[in-house]
Amino acid sequence: MKVRLPTPLSDYTAQAREVEAEGATLAELLDDLDRRFPGIRFRMIDEQGAIRAHIKIFVNRRQVPGIASRLEPSDEVLVVAALSGG
Amino acid sequence: MSRLLVLVGTRKGFFILSSGADRHEWSIDGPHFLGQVVNHAVLDPRDGRTLLAAVRAGHLGPTAYRSEDLGKTWTEARIPPAFRKAAEGERGEAVSHVFWLTPGHASQPSRWYAGVSPPGLFVSDDAGRSWKGVAGFNENPDRIKWCGGLQDAPPDGATLHSLNVDPFDADHLYIGISTGGVFESRDAGATWSPLNEGVAADFLPDPGVAFGHDPHCLRVHGASRDVVYQQNHCGIYRLDRGADRWQRIGERMPKEVGDIGFPLTLHPRDAKTLWVFPMDGGTVWPRTAIGGKPAVYESRDAGESWQRRDNGLPREQAWFTVKRQAMTSDTLDPVGLYFGTTGGELWASFDEGGAWQCLRMHLPHIYSIETAIVP
Repeated sequence: MKVRLPTPLSDYTAQAREVEAEGATLAELLDDLDRRFPGIRFRMIDEQGAIRAHIKIFVNRRQVPGIASRLEPSDEVLVVAALSGG
Repeated sequence: MSRLLVLVGTRKGFFILSSGADRHEWSIDGPHFLGQVVNHAVLDPRDGRTLLAAVRAGHLGPTAYRSEDLGKTWTEARIPPAFRKAAEGERGEAVSHVFWLTPGHASQPSRWYAGVSPPGLFVSDDAGRSWKGVAGFNENPDRIKWCGGLQDAPPDGATLHSLNVDPFDADHLYIGISTGGVFESRDAGATWSPLNEGVAADFLPDPGVAFGHDPHCLRVHGASRDVVYQQNHCGIYRLDRGADRWQRIGERMPKEVGDIGFPLTLHPRDAKTLWVFPMDGGTVWPRTAIGGKPAVYESRDAGESWQRRDNGLPREQAWFTVKRQAMTSDTLDPVGLYFGTTGGELWASFDEGGAWQCLRMHLPHIYSIETAIVP
C-alpha cells in the first residue's frame, strides 16, 4: 500500500516521499518499511513500540494512537513529523 | 604532517575545524546533519579514523552515526542504543537522546561506550555499528533509586555522562549521573558502587547521602593512575584514589567567583593542571559568566591555588554559557584550550590559557567540543 513520508525521513528513502510497503497491521507495515529502508522504523517508533512524540501517523486521514491498528490493502498511510519550537 | 581537528557538536549540526599543528590557519567543514542535534562527536584516538556522532532530529528518534573518512560519508548504526523492550505490564523506557560517547580502553580497539538520557549505559564491540545495553547498570535494581526516579530533569532530561575508562584498567569504568552522582565499576560494568564521599549535596535534605549528587563533568587523568577531578553542582573536587574521599578544591577559588560551573578539562600530561569555566549558580542559577565577565580559571597545583585566565576574552556584557561537554584541551605543546558557548562562539587559547581568541562566531548553540590529531 501507499505510504507517504515527511521530509525528515527522506534520507532513508533516497528522497522519495511516497513509497510502497505491506502489512496487515501498522506494526507489520513498519517492519516492512524497515526491511526496505533500514533504520527508518526506530526514528518513528521507540523501543517500547510507541509512536514518538513528534511523529503522527494517519490511516485514511484518521490519526491512529498506536501501531496495533489493522490495515487493508487499499488504505493510505500518512506519516507526519510535527515539531514546535526553534 | 599531522592535522589538528576541533569537533563541534551543536544544536543544529556538526562542524569540523581543522588546522596544521601550528594552529595558525583554520578551515571549517560542515554543517553535517544540518538541523539535527549533535550532542557529542568523538574521533577514536586508537585508530585516528573512526568518528562517531550522537544525533537526534527534533522529530525523530535518537541514533548514532559513524564515519571513517572524517565525515565525507556517514553510516547510521545498524542497532542504535535502545533500552530492552519491557515485558507485559512492566514500565518500559525509551532513549531520548544519546548524550556521551567514549572510546574504550586501548586494549579493546573496537569497544565504545555511550551514555544516554534517561540515564542508561550502552556498549559497542564493533566500533559503533551496533549497541547493546550494559545490563549491570541498565537492569540494576538500584538504578532508579540512584537517579532519584526518572523524572525529566535537569534541562534536556536526566542523563548519564562523563564516561571515563581507567587508562590503566580496561574493566574500571567511571560514570556521572545528573542527578545521581559519580559511580564506578571495577568489573567492566557488571556491578557499580557510588563514589561520592566528601561531595556536597546541599540541595538535598540529607547532605551526607551516598548518592543523589549532581556531578556536571568528571575527568579521569589519562596519564596519572590515581587522580580524578569533577566539576559538580556543588563545587570543584579532586579525588586521590586510595583516600577515596573527594576534596573540595574549589573552596580556594576567589569568593566573588565561587566554584560553580559545568565543564572541566585537564592537561594531557600534567595531572596537577586543570581548567574550569565558572558560571553563576546564585539565585535562579543563570549559568552565565560571572558578572558578564567570562574567564577560565586555571590551577597548576591540583587545586591548591587558582589563577584567572581572561586575556582576550570580553571584559563586560558577555553572558557566556559553556556546557559540560563544551570545553576541552588538545595534546600539543603548549596545550591548546577550547570552549564553545551556547551563543555559537568558539574560543581558543594556544598557550594554555595565556591569551584567548575567538576562532568562530555565528555557529549554532554549541553542545560539545572535542579535539583529535589525524595524520
